[in-house]
Amino acid sequence: MNKKLTGKIIVVGDNIDTDQIYPGRFLAITDPAEIGSHCLCGVREDIAASFPKGGMVVAGRNFGCGSSREHAPIALLNMGASAVLADSFARIFFRNAVNLGLLPVVCKGIHDHVRDGQTLTLDLETGTVTILETGETLACEKLGDQAMKILEAGGIKPLMRARFHRDASSTESGT
Amino acid sequence: MHAIEKILARNSGLSAVRTGEIVTAKVDFAEINDLYLQTVYSFYEMGGETVWDPTRCAFVFDHYAPCPDIKSAANHREMREFAQKNHLKYHFDTNCGVCHQVMPEAGLIYPGMIVVATDSHTTTHGAFGAMGTGCGATDMATILMTGELWFRVPEIVEIRLEGQTREGVYPKDVILSVLGKIRADGAVYKALDFTGSYVDSLNVAGRMTICNMAVEMGAKTAYMQPNQAVMDYVSKRAVRPFEVQYTDPGYVYAEQYVFDVSTLEPQLACPSSVENVHPLPEVIRQGTVRIDQGYIGSCTGGRSEDIAIAARILKGRHIADYTRLVVVPASREVMMECMANGWIQDLMQAGATITTPGCGACLGAHEGILAPGEVCITSTNRNFPGRMGSTEARMYLASPATVAASMISGTIADPRHFLKEGDSCHE
Ligand code: SF4
Repeated sequence: MNKKLTGKIIVVGDNIDTDQIYPGRFLAITDPAEIGSHCLCGVREDIAASFPKGGMVVAGRNFGCGSSREHAPIALLNMGASAVLADSFARIFFRNAVNLGLLPVVCKGIHDHVRDGQTLTLDLETGTVTILETGETLACEKLGDQAMKILEAGGIKPLMRARFHRDASSTESGT
Repeated sequence: MHAIEKILARNSGLSAVRTGEIVTAKVDFAEINDLYLQTVYSFYEMGGETVWDPTRCAFVFDHYAPCPDIKSAANHREMREFAQKNHLKYHFDTNCGVCHQVMPEAGLIYPGMIVVATDSHTTTHGAFGAMGTGCGATDMATILMTGELWFRVPEIVEIRLEGQTREGVYPKDVILSVLGKIRADGAVYKALDFTGSYVDSLNVAGRMTICNMAVEMGAKTAYMQPNQAVMDYVSKRAVRPFEVQYTDPGYVYAEQYVFDVSTLEPQLACPSSVENVHPLPEVIRQGTVRIDQGYIGSCTGGRSEDIAIAARILKGRHIADYTRLVVVPASREVMMECMANGWIQDLMQAGATITTPGCGACLGAHEGILAPGEVCITSTNRNFPGRMGSTEARMYLASPATVAASMISGTIADPRHFLKEGDSCHE
C-alpha cells in the first residue's frame, strides 16, 4: 500500500449522506464503472465526469451518513478517488471504505483550509496532509490497527481469500 | 458491564470487554436486503462456497417489492438462486414487507442476540434488547462465510426519557426532539441506551420507532432493556431460546442526557436534514406550508399503531384536492391487521393510495416519487436531498398523526386539533 499520496481535490460540505453520494434510484446498477459515473451526483451532476483521476475528496463533518450502501465507496473508487479526507465520518461508510480499500482519513478542520482544485499530499507515515498551494500542513488521525491491516492487504477481500483458503486446507489435512 | 457489552463478550467467548477493544463476535442472525446483490458477488470473490449456517441468515426483498424495473428483477433472481442453492431456512420474498418489521414478526429477533443486516436501520432491534447493527455488502459476505464479524466495543451513551407524553405527541416526536439536540453526528460510533420511565411504559412499536432513528445520530447500535410488552411479544414468537442481559448497577456511561417528554409538543424535521428539528407550532406560526404528498410507511412509521392513528384522524374526512397520501404498511402482518380493523378501508375512503408492504418510496426507488419543487410530509426517517425522488423536492419528517392531519387542509397542521379528548397518547 502506498503510504504517500498526492492528488487534486474536490471539496464538498457537511453531512454529505449516501443519498447524495449515490442516490437510491441507481441502486440496482451493478457495473462498477457505471456506478462510478453517478458518484456525488446528489451534490452536483457533473462531479464524476470532471473528477481528476487519483484525486481526493475533502468533506466537512459526518461524511457518508445515512444508509449502509456499499455503492457509496464503490462509486468513489470507480470515479477515481484514492482517499476521502473529512472532519469526521459516519461509521458504516468508514467500515465499507476500509473494506474496499478506499482510504478514509479523519483530518479535523481540513474543510476550512482547502479549496476546490488544490493539490494535497497525504502522508500516512507521519499522519499529515500538506496543501501544495499554501504550504500549510495539517495533522490527521492515525488509522486503527484493524483498519490498517485491512487496507495494507488491499481490502477485506484479499484478506478473506487468504484466510479462507488457509482454513479450508487445514480442514482437509485434518488439523 | 453494560448489557450491550455482555452481549458482545458472550458472543466473542470472553468474560469481559472494554470500550475501544476490537472483538470478533459470533452473529446470531444475518439479514441481507435486496439492495445488496453485491453481498453474493463479494462472497464468491472471497472464495465463499456455502453459507456458514442456513438457519441463521435470510434475504428480505423489501426495497423493490415488487420490482419496478428489469435490473432489480434480475437482482432478485440472482439472490433467489443463491438462497435456494444454500437451502436458506428463511426467505422473505416481495410479499412480506420491510426487513426490520418482518424479522421480529418471524421470531428471528429476541433479547440478548446480535443481529447484523445490510441496512443502517438495524439499530431498530435494540427495542427488543438485542444488539442490532448495520454493515455493507462485503462485511456481510464475511459473515456469510464465517458466522462472525469484528466489532469495536462502543462508548455507551444513556438517553434517559422521563415522564409521559401529552395527547397528540408520539414516539416519533420524542426521537425527533432528541435528534435535534444530539445532532446528526452526535453519536457516531457510539451505542445509545434509551432508559427512563417513558421507555419502560412504551409499547413495542414505539420502542422500534425510537431505536430505528438512533442511526440518524450516527449510532452503531441502540438498546432498551426489555419490558413486559417486549417479553409478551417475543415469548410468542422467538424461534430460539434466549437470555435477557442486564446492565450492572452502577455502570458508568460515557455520556448521559436526560429529556423530560411531558412538556414536549409535536416535532418536525424540516428540509433537508434530519437534525433540522423544530416544534410543529413554531413552523406553523412562520407561515403556511403547502403539501403535495403525504407518506405514511417505512420501518420508522408504517406499523399498525401508525396506520391506526392516521385512520382515526382521517375517518369521515378527506384529503385536500390536488394532494395525495401514500400509505405503505410495513409488512403483510401489519396490512392484514389494519384491514381486519377497517383502517385501510377508512384511509382509502379518505382518498389514500395504499401500496404493497415494503420500503415503497422511502428511498426513492418507486411508488410515490417526488417531482422537482414538490413538498412531502412523511413518517419515514430521512429527508436528505433526493431521498424520495428529485433533489429539488423538500421533505418534512413527522409523526403519522401529523402527516394525516396535514392532509386534510393540504398544509402542515397540528394533529391535536383532530383528536378527541381522552384518547390514548400511546397508540
Ligand atoms: S423502509 Fe426506508 S429506511 Fe426502512 S429499510 Fe426500507 S428504505 Fe430503509
